[in-house]
Amino acid sequence: MAHAATLAIQHLHKQYTVRGETLPVLEDITLTVQPGEFVSIVGSSGCGKSTLLRLIVGLEADYRGELLLDGQRIVGTSLDRGIVFQEHRLFPWLTVEQNVALGLLNAELSEADKRQAVREHIELVGLQGFETAHPHQLSGGMSQRVAIARALVNRPEVLLLDEPFGALDALTRAHLQQELHRIWKAEGITMILVTHDVEEAVYLGEKVVVMEPRPGRIRRIVPVDLPYPRERGGASFGRIKDDVLSEFGGEARAAAVLAPAAPPAPSGHADSPYALPAGARFSF
Amino acid sequence: MSTHPHPNRNLNPFTRIPKPLRGWVLPAAIVFVWWLAVRLGWSTSPLLVPVETVLATGWQQIASGKVFSELGASLQRDLIGFAIGASAGLVAGAVLGLSRLAEKLIGPSFHTLKQISLFAWIPLLSVWFGLGDAAKVAFLSLAAFFPVVLNTVEGIRSVPAELIEVARVLRFTRWQLLTRVVLPGAAPSIFAGIHLALIYAWLATLGAEYLLVSGKGIGNLLIDGREHFQMDLVLLGVVVVGAVGFALNWIATRIERRALAWRGRSVASY
Repeated sequence: MAHAATLAIQHLHKQYTVRGETLPVLEDITLTVQPGEFVSIVGSSGCGKSTLLRLIVGLEADYRGELLLDGQRIVGTSLDRGIVFQEHRLFPWLTVEQNVALGLLNAELSEADKRQAVREHIELVGLQGFETAHPHQLSGGMSQRVAIARALVNRPEVLLLDEPFGALDALTRAHLQQELHRIWKAEGITMILVTHDVEEAVYLGEKVVVMEPRPGRIRRIVPVDLPYPRERGGASFGRIKDDVLSEFGGEARAAAVLAPAAPPAPSGHADSPYALPAGARFSF
Repeated sequence: MSTHPHPNRNLNPFTRIPKPLRGWVLPAAIVFVWWLAVRLGWSTSPLLVPVETVLATGWQQIASGKVFSELGASLQRDLIGFAIGASAGLVAGAVLGLSRLAEKLIGPSFHTLKQISLFAWIPLLSVWFGLGDAAKVAFLSLAAFFPVVLNTVEGIRSVPAELIEVARVLRFTRWQLLTRVVLPGAAPSIFAGIHLALIYAWLATLGAEYLLVSGKGIGNLLIDGREHFQMDLVLLGVVVVGAVGFALNWIATRIERRALAWRGRSVASY
């Protein structure tokens, strides 16, 4: 079992500068995540929940306040922190096996250990038999499983999930939520899930952090004192879900799913899974 | 459904021709009309040589090995020029695509140079390299160079930022980023550039033989034919040049399809 870390976020502020104007994105976020805890973060679009994850994983910098993993300030990315994005972001020219192995490219393991870790993690996400398939041959749900395996193969202390099932159909989503719960139990690591799906947040989280937008703040932290596996149709489940939804005001209560930030990108599409805005480019 | 085609489809005579042969219908028809034109004496112009004469000339050229030695000279020049131009293009494209500094320093000059018609280089090249093989090779290197540079730059810039982020999360080194993300991501575009370069280089091979007349080559065979008013020789040259272009394109498509099989069926239909 991997070592699980304590994540301490203290008075975190983050702002962007857009054409000379400062735009506050996150304001005074304070949150402690215990080792091995599963925390869900919900909020409508623009509440900065994805930015929060990007800060924790180290893809964003320039924040004020403290962002500590086991007391160490987070600077840049690290193999201790894994992430699964909404799009699977698999490398289309590599097979399932090679994509998972990519996570171990810079791990200090022998080749034999790497091979074993890859095999174990493909098994963990239930994709035995698909080792040599290419991403264009996989469904959206399968691709997301590969992405989870790639993020976990390093045995990170924290796994961050940024709306990982947002682009999947309802059945696949429900199934993968169960799978994620099983993986969390099996691996014993800390997981932070960002979602706009309140049911998903309550189903998986030991606590649900409700955020509000412009600027992104924590509105309330709702503990979910229900034993696993949770019954989505149960009365106490419904009460907690309603409690979380009540934080979003009347009109949101009607719909169990809050308005997604954008129409979900088609996942697992062969042609161009990564449509980019014009002008996006890479440079050394 | 496919096993029971609709009876109406058979009203179209074209669909009765087996698929692989359909592409030959037009050439066959043209040759037939040509043969008919000579046979029925529609024209007595010496420009209209009988099909049989062209075939006889072809046979004679093959038997004497002349067409092969001319073609060999052209192909050798073509491949050398292509190799030089495409390699230089890959390096230049990678530098321009990867480095913002290089793009700022060299970019504007390059984009100006590429506007110059390839044929405008001929006078300069002939002064620098003479009228021999060196000038021809230099000319077709240039022809191969530009498409490879442009497509390599384009390919590198179109590598998704999302995948670059994955590389950052997984702590790739710069070298790993280049070899495992940027180059494979740019590969489809780079292949397209190399493919274009192969075609351009072959076109330029002929162009060079026309404009820098000296030495051997399939283009010189054509020129000889024209100068001696041997239309059979000219037509033979045209057929050989077309066949070589077709073959080069076929080989490039095969290699491309194989190397980029990971893109799935969307590409196989090209």
